[in-house]
Amino acid sequence: MTLLQIDGLSVRFRLRDAVVQAVTDLTLSVRPGELLAVVGESGCGKSVLAHALFGLLPRNAEVTGRALMGEVDVLRCGEKRLAREIRGRRLGLVPQSPATALTPVRTGRSLLAETLRAHRRDPGLADTVAADAGLDAHALDRYPFELSGGMAQRLVTALALASDPPLLIADEPTTGLDRPLVDHTLDLLRRRCDNGGAVLLITHDLAAAERVADTVAVMYASRIVEHRPAPDVFAAPAHPYTAALLDALPDRAFTPIPGHPPMLTALPPGCAFAARCPRADTACASRPGGPVACHHPLVSEAVA
Amino acid sequence: MSLTATGIRAGYRGHSVLDDVSLSIGAGETVGLRGPSGSGKSTLVRVLALLHTPDAGHVSLDGDRIDGARHRVPADVRTRIAVLFQSPRAAADPRLSLADLIAEPLRALRRPREHVAGRVAELADRAGLTADLLTRRPHAVSDGQLQRACLARSLAHEPRYLLCDEATTMLDASTQALVATVITEQQQRTGMGVLLVSHDPALLARRADRTEDLPTPPASVR
Ligand SMILES: Nc1ncnc2c1ncn2[C@@H]1O[C@H](COP(=O)(O)OP(=O)(O)OP(=O)(O)O)[C@@H](O)[C@H]1O
Ligand code: SF4
Ligand SMILES: [Mg+2]
Repeated sequence: MTLLQIDGLSVRFRLRDAVVQAVTDLTLSVRPGELLAVVGESGCGKSVLAHALFGLLPRNAEVTGRALMGEVDVLRCGEKRLAREIRGRRLGLVPQSPATALTPVRTGRSLLAETLRAHRRDPGLADTVAADAGLDAHALDRYPFELSGGMAQRLVTALALASDPPLLIADEPTTGLDRPLVDHTLDLLRRRCDNGGAVLLITHDLAAAERVADTVAVMYASRIVEHRPAPDVFAAPAHPYTAALLDALPDRAFTPIPGHPPMLTALPPGCAFAARCPRADTACASRPGGPVACHHPLVSEAVA
Repeated sequence: MSLTATGIRAGYRGHSVLDDVSLSIGAGETVGLRGPSGSGKSTLVRVLALLHTPDAGHVSLDGDRIDGARHRVPADVRTRIAVLFQSPRAAADPRLSLADLIAEPLRALRRPREHVAGRVAELADRAGLTADLLTRRPHAVSDGQLQRACLARSLAHEPRYLLCDEATTMLDASTQALVATVITEQQQRTGMGVLLVSHDPALLARRADRTEDLPTPPASVR
């Protein structure tokens, strides 16, 4: 059984003089109880993936593929049905930019109470839901501009939890939190999965992914290049890009991957990582396929 | 030469956030600042950046005591300090293309047009932004791309001090390392002093010459 089955999802943005290929031919599934972490370099398409599922893409976006939640294809079902049946009810979103996601003229308590009411829950639960997200009840009486970045982050998390959706997409939900609060948030997400829910966690924080994820999908230049059980990815990364990303951690080599990711307006026909890859050779001019998208993976068993 | 806050008391709507806090950033130095959520790190950054007037205490910049904040401070004094905020979406003007965003401080200083164009291209490249991104406006780039445009903008006019408020928390490891490299290079070239607000012990251990702590706030404001 799966909660979400994504098949061949692609998202393109049409600009005046170019087309941005933000997500390419992405296939993923999330089952109840699973915590799937999506990691990858800035700009590789993680938030666009989340926005596509939640129906938040701008008008110049072109979406192909399917994303099934039960019978409903959330990419095709239309705004009305998304609003009525999907958003909040079956799918929650913690957005990446809390500062801009919050209505400036309303206190946290009033936003939270409204969301609870909209989902037929007791608005008096506001304090409890906030506490679950690690936010003290006192902070709910402030306006968004009076909140610290970390408090605003916990408030948008609380808002997404208020409707108690079976599948939660959390886009960088630990930004600006101190260590104890990061752990609190991660434990909260893990607990949701242990209670039968599921979480798609978008994060730059590889240590966080290692701590709570069951599976990890690594994205590079709009594609998933490696999708494996979390312990395997961290113990023995198979894709050279994954290995390079792990090496960039401040408690490892702290060296950036040389060069830049390719422009999504002019993706190369072969492997998109070739220009930066130490293992690249002539074979890499054609596009690699498989669970590890690489012609020369670091761990060969992973390909089988 | 230093950017120094002395005996700062500051807060909002009656509740006090900082009480008698002092901090100094020397030229060329990288100072880490940590403290639990709600301890007033961002407020201290705003005071140091001359964006928030403290209720008591004062800021001095390279030996000169500064009174007031914002437009009460002359532009050529204010621009000696640059800030990189946690949320680029809230900090960037949504009407400007990334190229204009980076160029704005240079134009404000009336630098010649060719100089501005060259400098924008150079800074964007250092920040890892490919050419296709520069004509786009903030809504059409990712958060990390926008943050790197803000970084390029903050370095454009070669500030004496750069204050980074959790500025790389939303970046992946490789981009974080790239931003660190760009800032360190500029520091070595111009002697810029840097304040690094972060919760990440590994990052602070890696980059800060010394790290200061803000005390835990009363539980009610966490
Ligand atoms: N409205 C848009 N029009 C054109 N291009 C866009 C638009 N929105 C996003 N993009 C591009 O799509 C790509 C993917 O963006 P996305 O926001 O998903 O990145 P991300 O992986 O979430 O990055 P980050 O880690 O920095 O948040 C980026 O290269 C971005 O520039
Ligand atoms: S396919 Fe080739 S270039 Fe791409 S990651 Fe594998 S070895 Fe490197
Ligand atoms: Mg994003």
